[in-house]
Amino acid sequence: MKNFIGIDLGSTTTKAVLMDENQEVLGRGITNSRSNYETAARVAKLEAVIDTRLTLCRRNLRQEAPEIGGQLDDLITRLELGFRLEQFLEQLDDLEQTCMSQIEGERFAGKEKAVTEALQSVFNDLRTEAPPMFAPGAERKSDFFRDIAGSRYLTIAEEKALEAGLAFNLLLNVYDKSIIEVENRPPSEDMSGKFLKTLTHVVKEAEKLGVDKTSVEKAVKQALDVELEETYLVGTGYGRVTLPFSKEHIRSEILCHGLGAHMMYPSTRTVLDIGGQDTKGIQVDAQGIVENFQMNDRCAAGCGRYLGYIADEMNMGLHELGPLAMKSTRSVRINSTCTVFAGAELRDRLSLGEKREDILAGLHRAIILRAMSIISRSGGIKDQFTFTGGVAKNEAAVRELRKLVKENYGEVTINIDPDSIYTGALGAASFAHTAVAGNA
Amino acid sequence: MTQIIEGRTKVAPAKPAPEALKDDSMLKQKTMMAQHYDRLTSATQNNEKVCATFVPGNLNELIMCFDMVNNLPEVNAIQNGLRKKSGGFVMEAERLGHSEDVCTYVKSDIGMIAKGNIAPNGKPFPDPDLLLLSYTGCFTFMKWFELLREQYKCETIMLHTPYEGDGKITQNMREYMVKQFKEEVIPKLEKVSGVKFDIDRLREYLKASAKAEDDLVYVLQSAKNKPSPIDAYFGGIYYIGPIFGAFRGTQDAIDYYKALREEVEARVKAGQGPVTPEGNMGKEKYRLVVEGPPNYTSFREFWKMFYDEGAVVVASSYTKVGGVYDFGFRHDPDNPIESLADYCLGVYTNRNLPQRVDMLENYINEYQADGLLVNSIKSCNSFSAGQLLIMREVEKRTGKPAAFIESDLVDPRYFSAANIKNRLESYFQMVDQKRGPSGVAA
Repeated sequence: MKNFIGIDLGSTTTKAVLMDENQEVLGRGITNSRSNYETAARVAKLEAVIDTRLTLCRRNLRQEAPEIGGQLDDLITRLELGFRLEQFLEQLDDLEQTCMSQIEGERFAGKEKAVTEALQSVFNDLRTEAPPMFAPGAERKSDFFRDIAGSRYLTIAEEKALEAGLAFNLLLNVYDKSIIEVENRPPSEDMSGKFLKTLTHVVKEAEKLGVDKTSVEKAVKQALDVELEETYLVGTGYGRVTLPFSKEHIRSEILCHGLGAHMMYPSTRTVLDIGGQDTKGIQVDAQGIVENFQMNDRCAAGCGRYLGYIADEMNMGLHELGPLAMKSTRSVRINSTCTVFAGAELRDRLSLGEKREDILAGLHRAIILRAMSIISRSGGIKDQFTFTGGVAKNEAAVRELRKLVKENYGEVTINIDPDSIYTGALGAASFAHTAVAGNA
Repeated sequence: MTQIIEGRTKVAPAKPAPEALKDDSMLKQKTMMAQHYDRLTSATQNNEKVCATFVPGNLNELIMCFDMVNNLPEVNAIQNGLRKKSGGFVMEAERLGHSEDVCTYVKSDIGMIAKGNIAPNGKPFPDPDLLLLSYTGCFTFMKWFELLREQYKCETIMLHTPYEGDGKITQNMREYMVKQFKEEVIPKLEKVSGVKFDIDRLREYLKASAKAEDDLVYVLQSAKNKPSPIDAYFGGIYYIGPIFGAFRGTQDAIDYYKALREEVEARVKAGQGPVTPEGNMGKEKYRLVVEGPPNYTSFREFWKMFYDEGAVVVASSYTKVGGVYDFGFRHDPDNPIESLADYCLGVYTNRNLPQRVDMLENYINEYQADGLLVNSIKSCNSFSAGQLLIMREVEKRTGKPAAFIESDLVDPRYFSAANIKNRLESYFQMVDQKRGPSGVAA
């Protein structure tokens, strides 16, 4: 099966979209950019391929075992979670081995055995904890290995160090030295193996529903056997120039975002993308071709990173900012969206007795005001208007945007896709498709 | 790259950038500039009087009538930008109390003066005997010379050029200027120089100017060819050097433009594109019109972003700041003073927004360009005010895509290479996309 891949190498995350010959999206993948675009691109692509296999499984099951009916989503979720668990355990093993190899040198002298045993115990606990984390309905704060394994490692290691009478620093040190190495190691490409391991559990679930075992196995195995031919790949985003892509395989993220937004919402005429380090206002025509654009220059004030910095300053998670700001009843006026000044501004307002939620509401408004200025310079907002990028997931930012759009441009349809983070990669995949179709 | 010598780390010198390739006209210009700076820095010992003045509305022929040497602070700032010295000068000026948003030409100049006022030849500039302010659309010029007057306490002439607010030169404006020339400018020049004004001498210089101007226009308009034999922005900045600077009206300028014209004629004949610092440019893929000054601190890096992508600038407004010749104006020996007035009134910085739009639209059509690129200069409000409106109007009239980038004249802190490259690449791809499957410019 021919496939066309678009990869968007952002400053925070790297996204991949895989589509077929009919420009139907089969899979999406995302990973943290980890300042190593080469690995990030490989991982994101692999994730998109995993997602594609799941899409193919879904198609085959629908055909081979129609009796599953409404339970199809549940089975696919189980298949994916089972796969994720296998993948997590595989990386956990890698992390354990890497950590063990760090136990050497003066600081560990005489404590090698104790540290080794403590580590073994930590990893045993991590392994035991893993299955419930990947059970259907369980909530994880992140899908990235570093985040899941990291936070639990630190908690468990602290307990184990205390029990063994070891300095916590020793266990922290081996972890710090290992995680980057593990994270940057390309993941094992044995995808089918991991899917097949989990298939037995899925088959059992299917049997409970009275579905024939062989048809489920056949459907999944066939999906895994489909040969995916990487026909053309296009890279975009800030990291694009660092990749070993030739010029024909690179497109500007402005064009990719414009086209991606058009593909999601064909009536889009104006696109706003707020990413980690830039804000783009883009005007597109009826074919998704960029007519005009403006973006922040010299200064990344008011971009996604600003919120990340605020979250750090407030000792909160990035995803917690929006919900807290939504509780605000009055917005505090914030003028500066300078990331460096943000901390000072925040402390100043807190010292004046302002409530955290009101300050946050003001910060969100400040970001959107800056974005509005960029959009207006690109030519204003025309119907329909599509908002993309990581900040589009933040409900407080969206609330301010809706208010300001209405105030300045009246009633405009505002599109926000839950998968808007993939907009650039989607556009890139479409460029990959047209490149082969000879229309690029 | 480091090497260990006797236990100490020594940083090896960075590999120097390859010497830019220069053709004969460029070498000639280099010699002319060197001679000019030598004359300028020897002015005191040679008993020559120095007149500081600006590029837009530069009255070089008139200054020559009084045997004075012309010193152009803007050109000095550009030289310092190209030679990577302006950054330190700008910071020195800020230390002296000039704010971040002030024109960086001014700050580079003030900083240079504070740091010994050294010319590119390594010798100190003489103090000016006269500040000739031919005010042409840039308010900052007036403030700049106010600062210099305070510094040098010398005679200052304020020649007021009425702004072309209504988009045309009226007889009234012309007469107002001629009156100033006769009653204010010439008498003061006579007084400072001790030389009597001779109108026939001025006529001779203006005749020489017109001759060089003809050849310059040929060169600028050669960009209508496909491929264009010149880059009318990056290369154009070299081409305007002599005529915008201290050479208009001289035999040197005539010789320079004759040689340049012959080189360009040869390139047209051979079907060649422009010469870049790395040799002949590859295939011409994009033809652009550029509005706004360039960045000088990363000039070669900036240019490379264009020629690496096959982008050539076929016309630019910046190369008209010291005179708009391609729409027919020539210095006229038969009406010398009136012609100086018309020259000052007509320079690009003195033109209103609709005139600028008309000019850019004309360039896009006449030079068969793919679109308009605006380089908005952070510290130049005179150029930047209204640029976005200009861009939209030109876009609307021509139907060609436009783009906007931002940098600064000579403050290296405002040149963000990654950002500019990102925008330029997006723009070039936008042009591609607009062309559609055939790949032919719309």
